[in-house]
Amino acid sequence: MYKAKVYITLKEGVLDPEGQAVCAGLHSLGFTGVALVRMNKSVEIMVEAASLDDARALVREMCERLLANPVMEEYHFVLDDLV
Amino acid sequence: MRFGIVVFPGSNCDIDCYHAAKEVLGQPTEYVWHQESDLARFDCIVLPGGFSYGDYLRTGALARFSPVMTAVAKEASRGKLILGICNGFQILLEAGLLPGAMQKNDHLQFRCEMRHVRLENVKTPFTTLGQAGQVLRLPIAHAEGNYFIDELGLEALLGNDQVVFRYTDKDGRVTAEANPNGSLHNIAGIVNRAGNVLGIMPHPERSTEEIQGGTDGLLIWTSLLAWWGERHA
Repeated sequence: MYKAKVYITLKEGVLDPEGQAVCAGLHSLGFTGVALVRMNKSVEIMVEAASLDDARALVREMCERLLANPVMEEYHFVLDDLV
Repeated sequence: MRFGIVVFPGSNCDIDCYHAAKEVLGQPTEYVWHQESDLARFDCIVLPGGFSYGDYLRTGALARFSPVMTAVAKEASRGKLILGICNGFQILLEAGLLPGAMQKNDHLQFRCEMRHVRLENVKTPFTTLGQAGQVLRLPIAHAEGNYFIDELGLEALLGNDQVVFRYTDKDGRVTAEANPNGSLHNIAGIVNRAGNVLGIMPHPERSTEEIQGGTDGLLIWTSLLAWWGERHA
């Protein structure tokens, strides 16, 4: 069993209205040094696979086909062998 | 002309679309549950607005895996008319039947109000009864209508005349104030290259009878009916 932690981030230059709102909230709390907030997603996946390489290929396919939208998002992930 | 109105778990404009096709246009119309896999009997397939699958992950991202979407892609490739409204537009984007993606509105609000859009292309089946530059007043109701595509993608859209509706003021001027959601290039609706798949954020089905506060949306329904009629006379 492998555990993947997938991070889905907005591509640079893609507007993030949620991040802007949170940034403004942090400013109003007095964190005036905050220059940028991006609201990204993380997804935890437990997956059965024969090897680490197989697990990596599976998770990559999941990202490509569903988890990230390539028009505006990028992804990366870390894999841990749970055994 | 036979209409199929696709119903996903979470669709909520399906009855309005059914009413527009069945009662206002007077055409044979059926609901189609999202598990169906054969849509060959329809001439026009409507993906209605709503919150399919609760908008989980991204709007439209999960609906595109419903069995019916394979059939929608098949009928689209055969030249059938596909009309995706609001969430239906978002689903068409996620399914890759239209280019681009939808982001949250730049002000983060859900906007439910009347807006003006200008006809940019009256050669599509969905706008054939319109005049170039004509302004329609249509209702919008969405939180994620902020259309995004990269520069090359926008060039391709414009070069192929795929932008069909843009948000404008009532006089047809494209301004930042007329843009209700931050949508790139004030885009409110686009077609695929072949022209038979339309995605539109405003709701033409909520604008077909006077009791709804306006009938400008009727132009889209009557256009596609007329377009089809000419080919099946």
